[in-house]
Amino acid sequence: MAQVSEKVMVELHNVDKSYGDNKVVKNLNLQIQEGEFLTMLGPSGCGKTTTLRMIAGFEDVTAGAVIIEGENVVNKPPYQRNVNTVFQNYALFPHMNVYDNIAFGLTEKKVNKEEIRQRVGEMLSLVQMDGYETRRPSQMSGGQKQRVAIARALVNRPKVLLLDEPLGALDLKLRKQMQVELKHLQRQLGITFVYVTHDQEESLTMSDRIAVMNNGVIEQIGPPDKIYNRPATKFVADFIGESNIFEASVVSINGDNLKVIFETGGAEVSASGFNQDEMVYISVRPEKLKCSIDAVPGFNLRGTVKEHIYVGSISKTIIELPNGQNLKMSLLTGTPLLPQGENVWVYWEKDDTVVLHTNEETLYNLIEQVPKIEVRV
Amino acid sequence: MNIHNKRLNKFLSAAFVTLIYIFLYLPIAIIVFFSFNSSKLNVVFQGFTLQWYGVMFQNGDLMSALKNTAIVAVSSVVISVFIGTLAAIGMFRYEFKGKSIVDSFLYIPIVIPEIVMGISLLAFYHILSISLGILTLILAHVTFSMPYVVVTVRSRLSGYDMSLEEAAMDLGATRMHTLTRITLPIIAPGILAGAMLALTLSLDDVIVSFFTTGVDSVTLPIYIFNKVKTGVSPDINALITVIILVTLLVMLLMRTFDARTSKKEQA
Ligand SMILES: Nc1ncnc2c1ncn2[C@@H]1O[C@H](COP(=O)(O)OP(=O)(O)O)[C@@H](O)[C@H]1O
Ligand SMILES: [Mg+2]
Repeated sequence: MAQVSEKVMVELHNVDKSYGDNKVVKNLNLQIQEGEFLTMLGPSGCGKTTTLRMIAGFEDVTAGAVIIEGENVVNKPPYQRNVNTVFQNYALFPHMNVYDNIAFGLTEKKVNKEEIRQRVGEMLSLVQMDGYETRRPSQMSGGQKQRVAIARALVNRPKVLLLDEPLGALDLKLRKQMQVELKHLQRQLGITFVYVTHDQEESLTMSDRIAVMNNGVIEQIGPPDKIYNRPATKFVADFIGESNIFEASVVSINGDNLKVIFETGGAEVSASGFNQDEMVYISVRPEKLKCSIDAVPGFNLRGTVKEHIYVGSISKTIIELPNGQNLKMSLLTGTPLLPQGENVWVYWEKDDTVVLHTNEETLYNLIEQVPKIEVRV
Repeated sequence: MNIHNKRLNKFLSAAFVTLIYIFLYLPIAIIVFFSFNSSKLNVVFQGFTLQWYGVMFQNGDLMSALKNTAIVAVSSVVISVFIGTLAAIGMFRYEFKGKSIVDSFLYIPIVIPEIVMGISLLAFYHILSISLGILTLILAHVTFSMPYVVVTVRSRLSGYDMSLEEAAMDLGATRMHTLTRITLPIIAPGILAGAMLALTLSLDDVIVSFFTTGVDSVTLPIYIFNKVKTGVSPDINALITVIILVTLLVMLLMRTFDARTSKKEQA
């Protein structure tokens, strides 16, 4: 099993990309280690594909450097970069059969026929497509085409494989299966993967590290558990998994204990590095939210049980707050549920929240309207 | 009553279709028929003979017209396919200022009356004092057939996925190899269709050729045209029969080739 080493394989250094006046990638800095599975995650249009295409060499950088194995490659065409790409639409050559598709890169490098035959054979076994040599792309399913596209890239033994939403066109079941296979393949071969997706669940299952992108900027980069449990910005908290987010104001600080108030009540959270009266976001995951019939010390947050949604192994309870905000709470299916319409107190463990700085100006007006609610202690 | 009506309808439509086909093919059939006529006149059939085919091949003017036609057709097809294909690829791939204007100017030779084109080319050659001959003829043919190549190649390109070229370059192919191994093979059916169109246009062009040819570069259509003014001779009948035969053969070849490529692509 390959390990992620300390050697930097790909580095983006202050990379900018503009189309006319439209800045789509802004001062991007990113280091990808050898053997790492790095995912670029973000909503559609945030600049993931553009970033990947700059690494592959299909797009020029407007400013900055793309460094592959210590060499700045911004002036090199795609065919001189030791990276290969798996395209979202597969981009298999329609006039060639599977064998010729996979052999393409090797014939370009003038590898001898015998070696080509052997390496294409190995690749076909690797992606479990033995016996498909003479099939044409139009004779295969989406999943099979994807395997061939992966084989066609891997046969060149690239140092880095770039994948742009490679599973985007597959149905859910096949997608899950391919996620596992791809991850396994990456571990087995020890190749650096740069993987682009807008599917946060996919990124959490596959990656060593996730770079969360928004509006051409990396908002946070880190391992999946860190991204999930310790989101650095409201965007990340919102985009990865589900979150209940409150816009709040810090009313008192006692060590790591903060008392905060928000429009619908108040709560206690534990966090450090915040100031008295500072505006913050409080983010609580649905599985961390709890409710009870009786009030809980430190919390003053009441809502009504609105509905229960059964989603397989877990059930979701929607609790409506007086201002109309819906809180999502998830429980293992089978846990006794509170009846609909019941008034409940909502709370959580102090350590189960994430507190984030906000831009104070934007929220100043909001807090003026917040009714002063006494925080019950 | 109703059934009667239906029968009548059926009969009428069959008769109508038959008439159309007679209208289309009777003149051709007559020519073929009279090419085997031993009489010199296209009026009465005197008896079967193949002598006109022999006469045809011994007619020096006719043979040199045939040679000129072949030279002009082949060179103009090669040139217009080369320029037209590159133009189509360029127009497909690149965005530039005034592209739509360049685009519409490309199609003007298709819609412009041939007579206008013939006269303008003649005037153009005259101004540049280029003497008329096989070269001017070839250039004229390139002018009117190239747009057709552009049109057919572009229609083939319209479904073309640019990421195929990126994939090729990603796998180490230079731009040149990407063109020869990916782009050209994929658009080959369009290029072939354009070439066939250019070929037919060149082979039977009279009007533009009439204005742009010199005395020593008479082509077959012009030769026939000149001959017909003094009455159709039986060796022309024979020649036309041969042309029809060749055309049918080429069509047959195209059909089988087409069927094979579309089968391949579907497969
Ligand atoms: N060739 C292009 N010309 C102009 N704008 C482009 C081009 N390619 C992408 N963009 C713009 O750049 C932004 C980022 O695109 P992209 O990198 O494809 O996003 P993502 O892959 O994250 O969905 C989008 O707003 C898109 O409209
Ligand atoms: Mg994209």
